[in-house]
Amino acid sequence: MSNNSWSPDQPIVSIKDVHKSFGDLEVLKGITFDVMKGEVICIIGPSGSGKSTLIRCINALNDINSGSITVEGLEVHDPKLDKLELRKKVGMVFQQYNLFPHKTALQNVMMAPIKVLKQDKAEVEQRARALMAQVNLQGKEDSYPGELSGGQQQRVAIARSLAMNPDVMLFDEVTAALDPETVKEVLVAIKDLAQSGMTCMLVTHEMGFAREIADHIYFTDRGVIVEHGPPSTFFTEASDPRTREFLSQIL
Amino acid sequence: MLELFTEFFRQLAEDHPRWNFIFFYEPRQWERIVKGFKYTLWLSVACVIFSVIIGVVGAWLQNSPSKFLRRCVQGYIQFFRNTPPFVQLLFFYFALGQFTPAVTGPDGWTEIPIISNVGWAIISLSFFAGAFNVEIFRSGIEAVPESTQEAASSLGFSRFQTYTEVVMPLAFRVSLPALNNNLVNLVKTTTQAIGIAVPELLYQCVTIWNDFPSAMYPTMLLLFVTFIALVGVLVFGMHRWERAMKIPGYGH
Repeated sequence: MSNNSWSPDQPIVSIKDVHKSFGDLEVLKGITFDVMKGEVICIIGPSGSGKSTLIRCINALNDINSGSITVEGLEVHDPKLDKLELRKKVGMVFQQYNLFPHKTALQNVMMAPIKVLKQDKAEVEQRARALMAQVNLQGKEDSYPGELSGGQQQRVAIARSLAMNPDVMLFDEVTAALDPETVKEVLVAIKDLAQSGMTCMLVTHEMGFAREIADHIYFTDRGVIVEHGPPSTFFTEASDPRTREFLSQIL
Repeated sequence: MLELFTEFFRQLAEDHPRWNFIFFYEPRQWERIVKGFKYTLWLSVACVIFSVIIGVVGAWLQNSPSKFLRRCVQGYIQFFRNTPPFVQLLFFYFALGQFTPAVTGPDGWTEIPIISNVGWAIISLSFFAGAFNVEIFRSGIEAVPESTQEAASSLGFSRFQTYTEVVMPLAFRVSLPALNNNLVNLVKTTTQAIGIAVPELLYQCVTIWNDFPSAMYPTMLLLFVTFIALVGVLVFGMHRWERAMKIPGYGH
């Protein structure tokens, strides 16, 4: 479990035969795949297929029943794991933004580096302002989340995760709760991030977007990966009937 | 000026024997009132502070992973919420008070218990109001979405940091109106300390009207007015606080 054993040419996220049940309901039935550094992968599939559960298992918001997940060599579900070590490496953005409503946008971005990483406040503020600019929110630094639109809140949430300097970013259906007109501004922010070389894992229903930015697409249904491949072939040459049915409904 | 004031009430007492505001013209009685008010204020402030601390800590323990701790908090709440505060006060002072050590007084022969009757009143009333505060804060905590806490833990916040930085600030805002009510009740309940002879305002007033039955109506009036003022200040402060803590765009 030593972190030193990991090198960048090994998968940054490695998922091996992961099983996960909620009570009697088995939502993940043996998921295995690797993500390399700098890769952008999209997980798609019908509702209830276990996509969100899978992504939540990667930063230990959910535990798993068997199998293993490693992030940069860290065994995510090792009970002895220092969760902070994991959370420093993995950023996560949620469907419902989940900003801290009692803090301004800028304070939301600054909070974790200051409180968790004990970094210098002035230096964090400078970086936070740069991140706010990166997600196109100059001028909104002092707004409270309740004063921002969904798309703006979601971009603050992205900036907030980035402030921790993660190596991997997880996006859990981050546009699902947004108005159609604000979806684009969030997708642009994610695209910029992906193009800057950040390792990204997205659960999404935005097929056009997945096709555009993903290096690899995984289609899950009823807890298993039914089909996967690069977008160039995935959307045109899907062979499994379940994948074809899903794509025909969505595209 | 003051002369005129005292003279007016002296005259009033002569003309209307039932309205003897003796504490307004007899310095000894006035001193009693002032002393009583100081005790009432001291009891109120101390109990408000301790009961809020008990509430915060209790609500934190109620979410503890340890089943034992959760049971203890639950037991504490059940006991203090479901028994009369006056009985609790008597129990603390007369029953538990026997088991606390005493030290020898300055005269060399009296035994002075290390926890005085004022101390026991503060302890007992704080625990009584604290039990309600735990429940008040718990309902506030339950109003904070699980997902907001998940966001905090995904940013590396520890359980304790999530509690102090995210859960408590939000829960506190939700809890303030209910907390307000409970603290108002607490301030009024401090009068029960008369039961263990704490020389607070009610105690002093009863002493005065026992000595001077003609002063009974005025002293009662004084009690009402003082508590209306005292609670008024508390409520005013709480409302100011509520407004200051209001988050723009939140809760609409």
